[in-house]
Amino acid sequence: MKLRGLLLGAAVALTMAPPALAERASDGNVSIIYWQAPSILNPYLSSGTKDIESSSLVIEPLGRYTETGAMVPYLAKEIPTVANGGVSSDLKSITWKLKDGIMWSDGSPVTSADVKFTADYCMNSDMGCAQLAKFDHVTSIDTPDSATVVVSFAQPMPNPYGPFMGGQSPIIQMAQFENCTGAKAQSCTEQNFGPIGTGPFVVTEFRPNDVIQMKANDNYRDPSKPAFATLTFKGGGDAMGAGRSVLETGEFDYAWNLQLAPDVIAKMEEGGKGVAIAGFGPLVERLEMNMTDPSPSLDADTRATVKAPHPFLTDINVRKALSMAIDRELLVEIGYGKAGAVTCDLVPAPDLYAAKNDYCMTQDIAGANALLDSAGWKKGGDGIRAKDGVKLSILYQTSTNAVRQDFQSLIKEWWSQIGVETELRNLNASVFFGGDPASPDTFQKFYADVEMYANTFDGTDPQTYLSMYRCGNEPKPETQWQGENINRYCDPAYDALLDELGRTGDVAKRGELGIKLNNMLTKDSYTIVPLVHRGRVSAHANSLGGVVLNTWDSELWNVADWYRMD
Amino acid sequence: MLTFTIRRLLISIPTLLFISLIIFLLLNLAPNDPMAQVPLTVPPEVKEKMREALGLGQPLYVQFWKWLVQFFWIEPQVLIDYYFGTTFSEGELRVISWQTRSPVMDMIVQRLPQTLWVVGMSYIVGILIALPIGIYSAYRHYSVFDQAGTFITMVGYSIPPFFTGPLVIVVFAVQLGWLPSTYDTLHEVIDWDTFVIQLKQMVLPVMVLALQTTAQISRYMRASMLDNLNQDYVRTARAKGLSEWVVVMMHVLRNSMIPVVTVIALNLPSIFGGAIITEQIFKVNGIGQQLIGAIYANDLPTIQTLTFIFAVLIVFFNLLADVIYGLLDPRIRYD
Repeated sequence: MKLRGLLLGAAVALTMAPPALAERASDGNVSIIYWQAPSILNPYLSSGTKDIESSSLVIEPLGRYTETGAMVPYLAKEIPTVANGGVSSDLKSITWKLKDGIMWSDGSPVTSADVKFTADYCMNSDMGCAQLAKFDHVTSIDTPDSATVVVSFAQPMPNPYGPFMGGQSPIIQMAQFENCTGAKAQSCTEQNFGPIGTGPFVVTEFRPNDVIQMKANDNYRDPSKPAFATLTFKGGGDAMGAGRSVLETGEFDYAWNLQLAPDVIAKMEEGGKGVAIAGFGPLVERLEMNMTDPSPSLDADTRATVKAPHPFLTDINVRKALSMAIDRELLVEIGYGKAGAVTCDLVPAPDLYAAKNDYCMTQDIAGANALLDSAGWKKGGDGIRAKDGVKLSILYQTSTNAVRQDFQSLIKEWWSQIGVETELRNLNASVFFGGDPASPDTFQKFYADVEMYANTFDGTDPQTYLSMYRCGNEPKPETQWQGENINRYCDPAYDALLDELGRTGDVAKRGELGIKLNNMLTKDSYTIVPLVHRGRVSAHANSLGGVVLNTWDSELWNVADWYRMD
Repeated sequence: MLTFTIRRLLISIPTLLFISLIIFLLLNLAPNDPMAQVPLTVPPEVKEKMREALGLGQPLYVQFWKWLVQFFWIEPQVLIDYYFGTTFSEGELRVISWQTRSPVMDMIVQRLPQTLWVVGMSYIVGILIALPIGIYSAYRHYSVFDQAGTFITMVGYSIPPFFTGPLVIVVFAVQLGWLPSTYDTLHEVIDWDTFVIQLKQMVLPVMVLALQTTAQISRYMRASMLDNLNQDYVRTARAKGLSEWVVVMMHVLRNSMIPVVTVIALNLPSIFGGAIITEQIFKVNGIGQQLIGAIYANDLPTIQTLTFIFAVLIVFFNLLADVIYGLLDPRIRYD
């Protein structure tokens, strides 16, 4: 058995290994299809995945995350850490060293001035930079010499890898963008459509919301890469069409993010032209419990704010019973197939921060009923539980989306089995997630008892993500309903742990704290009821080699290593 | 006729201004946010800054006035500059798309040819098929051909392109593998072979769209022919001993064309409007796809500009149809 495994592994390794005589631009054209079309190639003006990933072919950061969430240097010599002296011991500065001899695609050298310019460009307050959050707490950027960049922060940063790490924060060329700073950034069409970069490809033609034509970068740092001479990046259509064009007709080599029903993908794969691949980041589909009273009878300043606690969801037994009644395995099977896994955690990945809880793996309707009985929630004549005149009647909202509506009706059925009445509601995604303070239907306002959506975090560090649930960070009228603590959760012990996490630089210790925080929100309090750990399914043609699906960075992060198998 | 045309043109100015105001207000009052597509991981303060950079913080009347100036004053200057090499518009802010931060008109100019090719071609193909079907169906009223034609056109009329589109893809691209399922917008026709490729990639979208046009126009043609075939002048023509060909094709057809021509002319603006669903299915980078993309992204300047251009075209072609009607039928006079 072991030998067979080894042989299999060796066989796989052989097929995966790039041809020995790899040569730049020897493999012709590679074509990629994204069903959302790129609008702009400047990630500082758009946070759309389509724009970030298409621009990642051209412009690169100092370092990227690999498919396991580890960091690898790209333009930098190495990833600075406390251990190698790159990060100061007070965690307030990080020193990056650029690789020697890196050139822009126009032949000029990349210097620390370009890196500093990139930060100044985004931090300009008139610009409306989409990645401003990456530069939080940065006080200054110094360039002692042409290859060294020192980023200083206002406070200790246990995770100093915001600026210049990952697909959202690539380096742009100072010479090209010099006259595009501040308010002028918006009108620099030529620059925004054709940034000069260090990546494996250069833009030859950009048609907004349609197609990008690229060719191999003659000045790319690895003389044997990329294997492809040209690259076509087509955008538009729908996930179904994109999947079909790779798996069934073979017109394209790579299709991104096939959000399709599992049986549809399986059927397409029978076409035999390609394979679907899945990767998991930290995206979790969850139920959020409202700890405040969304009753329409309350006035606008009190409704769904901490001034009015929820009549029954503040009882942990109710929240726990609602979670116990759910059969998550069935949800995964119906909604996501390959692209989903059951999870009981808010932070399911990376491994360092994953609690790997299993308390919710199996459905327990009888247990949920017993729990509610013992907590004093008695079934009335209509089969609905009540206590002190408060009925367990839930308004459950989410965005309009076929899978979410399936989930809603299943969960409604399970909840009815434990004596909970559920009213379902779905809202257009652009309204629900739109954040318009005048609309009563946003997920921030949470004028419902339970709502369902998915959220995730950038990079591999969940500190900011976990900080969302700090006391006082809830959406409220005083902040125009902005805020990220959607449940209105508040626990001083949680905040204290968060503060400790903010002071801790030691990686293993951070993992421990992260798991504790995760458990406080999920296992210990059922404030957030995780349902499905959602992955991403993409597809590539059988003849395309070197693809490694990465959910921690741009999916096209290693496009320089892609090659044609024949 | 001339005074009528001038009067109609003058009336259309306030009409169009009013339409542009209505479009603007509808778009702005709808609960939409251009930042809705931004991932939840972007903090609200950053989103607010991005909104401000797009000019969203300003009062509505300022935003509307800005758009009016950009569209009616600056864009024409850009056009003049383009043709005569002048520099009137230098440094002026044009109508900028929120999605791409590039001038909306540039994208329209880039996309219009594809739409004209595909949708225009389907219109021509549709008309060429529809007219003979309509004529023959009316001439052989209630024959097998007429029944079959009626059945097929009704089916074509009632099945929407979001069904026929994927259907023809599954049949011709997936099962048979004869034709591509996506439209390669970078393809350039330079010789015979590339022309054949262009033809191949146009077949499916044109087929889907032509089905609709054919169904509609052949029904009009048939009805109009039927009205005329029983007229006294037809009997007179036959009594004079004219051949059936001359009776039907010269006498009846000419008179029957009047309402059909009006229908064709009134539908012309829809060519410029593109075919939202079909363009999306076959990934043709036309105007329709641009519009639907802008709607998804809440890119108000693009939606506003496109819908306003459609409004202008509709007003213009209505006027044109009225004028042509007067030319075709000397009995109709407006003065």
